[in-house]
Amino acid sequence: MSSTTPFALLANATSLPWAEIPAWPAAEFVRSTATELNRGARLCAWFGVPEGAATRLVAVLAFDADNTLAVGRSHPLTGAYPTLTDTHPQAHLFEREVWEQHGLKPEGHPWLKPVRRSNDAGNAPALREFFRVEGGEVHEVAVGPVHAGVIEPGHFRFQCAGEEVLHLEIALGYQHRGIEAALAGGPHRATMNQMETVAGDTTIAHATAHASIMEALAGTEAPLRAQWLRALALELERLASHTGDLGALAGDVAFLPTMSACGKIRGDFLNLTALLCGNRFGRGLVRPGGCRHDLDAGRAAQLLERLDNALAETKQAVEWFWDAASVRARFENVGTVHPAQAADVGLVGLAARACGLVRDVRYDHPAGWHRFAQAPVAVWPGGDVFARAKVRSLEIERSGDYLREQLAAPAEGALRDELPPPAPDTLAVALVEGWRGEVCHVALTDASGRFRRYKVIDPSFHNWMGLALALRGTAISDFPICNKSFNLSYCGVDL
Amino acid sequence: MTLILHLILRLALWLLLAPLLPGIINKVKAWVAGRRGPPVLQLYYDLAKLWKKSVVLSQLASPGFVIGPAVGWVALVGAALLMPLGPAGSALSFRGDVLLLIYLLALARFCTAWAAMETGSAFEGMGAAREVSYAVLAEAAIIAAVLSLIVHTGSVSLITMLAPSPGAGAALLAAGLFTVLLAENCRVPFDDPNTHLELTMIHEAMVLDHSGPPLAVILHGASVKLLLFAVLLVQAVLPIGEMTPPAAAGALAAGVLLVTISVGLVESLLARLAFRRVPLLLTTAFLLCVFALLVAWKGDAT
Repeated sequence: MSSTTPFALLANATSLPWAEIPAWPAAEFVRSTATELNRGARLCAWFGVPEGAATRLVAVLAFDADNTLAVGRSHPLTGAYPTLTDTHPQAHLFEREVWEQHGLKPEGHPWLKPVRRSNDAGNAPALREFFRVEGGEVHEVAVGPVHAGVIEPGHFRFQCAGEEVLHLEIALGYQHRGIEAALAGGPHRATMNQMETVAGDTTIAHATAHASIMEALAGTEAPLRAQWLRALALELERLASHTGDLGALAGDVAFLPTMSACGKIRGDFLNLTALLCGNRFGRGLVRPGGCRHDLDAGRAAQLLERLDNALAETKQAVEWFWDAASVRARFENVGTVHPAQAADVGLVGLAARACGLVRDVRYDHPAGWHRFAQAPVAVWPGGDVFARAKVRSLEIERSGDYLREQLAAPAEGALRDELPPPAPDTLAVALVEGWRGEVCHVALTDASGRFRRYKVIDPSFHNWMGLALALRGTAISDFPICNKSFNLSYCGVDL
Repeated sequence: MTLILHLILRLALWLLLAPLLPGIINKVKAWVAGRRGPPVLQLYYDLAKLWKKSVVLSQLASPGFVIGPAVGWVALVGAALLMPLGPAGSALSFRGDVLLLIYLLALARFCTAWAAMETGSAFEGMGAAREVSYAVLAEAAIIAAVLSLIVHTGSVSLITMLAPSPGAGAALLAAGLFTVLLAENCRVPFDDPNTHLELTMIHEAMVLDHSGPPLAVILHGASVKLLLFAVLLVQAVLPIGEMTPPAAAGALAAGVLLVTISVGLVESLLARLAFRRVPLLLTTAFLLCVFALLVAWKGDAT
């Protein structure tokens, strides 16, 4: 399929000169992108690159079946262009973002409003316009941005008929820190630390994506030993988050045994990451050109032993979970996203795999250590809360097996290489399968090799729409378990 | 004079012992989960703390916002005084007092829902709507349980009607009343007293805006209600009225403790029900009580 595309092809974690990317007038570019999406591509990124007073649109597509990425761009434009969202809802949030950042108006976009910023009146996201359902029996429930638990701020607006949710709209932006703007002219000294905190629970994935970008721009890659360590850390991050989420799901239905056990085991997994690099969230491990901490044989043996214990405990806790009929009754057929909807809105990662879609960057677009060793993709049909919990428990098993195998076969050699300077006027793309899904970083350098544009797309950016769809026709009292089953990042979207 | 002393003693017993029950439940839950858990006396500390705090009042709320919890508390304490305690009898007993007990419980619920609606918040409206919808079914079960005792003893006075006979009827009644106890006191699997998720709350959602002394009164009233149901359940199953005072006191205390621990165990081992399934379980409780009624009615004839 991808062999006949007019877009420029490239592999994951590689780069390509900016001049070699084909360009079209805006309307034609949107049409070509739509054609590629119809042929099975998926929209990974859609963003603007300022050029003088005008802006170029850039699209990064993924042909999962062909294991390749494709890039295209438009001629510089100002004003308006025909919308892509109309035919391809997965572009919905991307086009709103481009409108917010560059003022390019997608003509015919069904719901054009800012993604993160306040409106002109300076109102907070929760005070913007919301889609309303009319009717005497319809009532509106507003939740957040301040929540009862210690969680991130975000506003949820429900349109309900009694207990049933007719529509949910989510307004984020409370944690907008200007990460992308801070990267212009970079990399700066603080850049690596900022990349590690794009979404604090996805430190390794974002750090690896950024490091891969720097390596791709330099035309090299990290030493094998570093790639091996990054793969280990990525799976440890997945284990900790998935275990924590299963515990949180149990807590939301007041099933205490699994909740108590998983809360503790999550800490055990985090401590394994600390054993690897001294930080429970993996900060300071991944650096452009390699890794900063090595795993000696003694600690590797200790890691394996503690990993086995934690995995055995997880298995037990998860079995309590699946054996309890009262838990299954809460999870099955609740918060269902149909596969067709999932494909339409472009879900990625765990949420997509729980709808039966085979989407896993480690398998579809392997880079780094995943070219040599992959864990089987965990897929479960159904699209409900149960499926999302099930995919988590499957991935815990498979990540555990993967870690055992890889710990037995370490790569030897240097830990870190000096990187050559980044190539000028070059575009690099890196995808990493974080525990939520596809983390996508795209960088474009200027004539001096500094960042001209840097785009970060957290998997949550694709998946929040999935949560909104999951709530349609669901009881509002089931919102917490639906939300927890996605467990999306607020700060990863707000940037 | 002795009458007044008796009344004061009885009141003190109810008011002082009630907050112990939630503490025991939490201890059981902590023990099952392998945690140390909060102290058994935690609710006493919380009440003392809340009593010292100031009240945050919405400008939109009418005096009902504060009157509701107060009237609700008085109604619950009044209901507690009607409840006989084995051979000690009740503070006030008359023909048909059981009906007053049921109405006092309903009045307390009405007052909580009323106070919740005063805030005009979507959460509290939702909570009140849920509370009263499920109460319809729970009250049906209580009335069926009371009817079965009335039919069994031929009396409509609490002091004489709580004289059960062992057998199938008592077992059915115990199962039915225990389920009602869980529903009425907002315990798992009907409600989750520990949740912080406003959208899933029933009882907790109604009291979100209360603070300071009114909240203390609500929490204390809830613990009195729990003790009231535990005492009712024990006396509906065990013939405590016929025992000697020391034996009766021991049996009552042991029974209430057992009920409390059972609540803790249920909470530790069961997940919460989805709201759409709550009516099913409440209907089951109602049917159990109806069968107890049938046993009391036809079982005696044979």
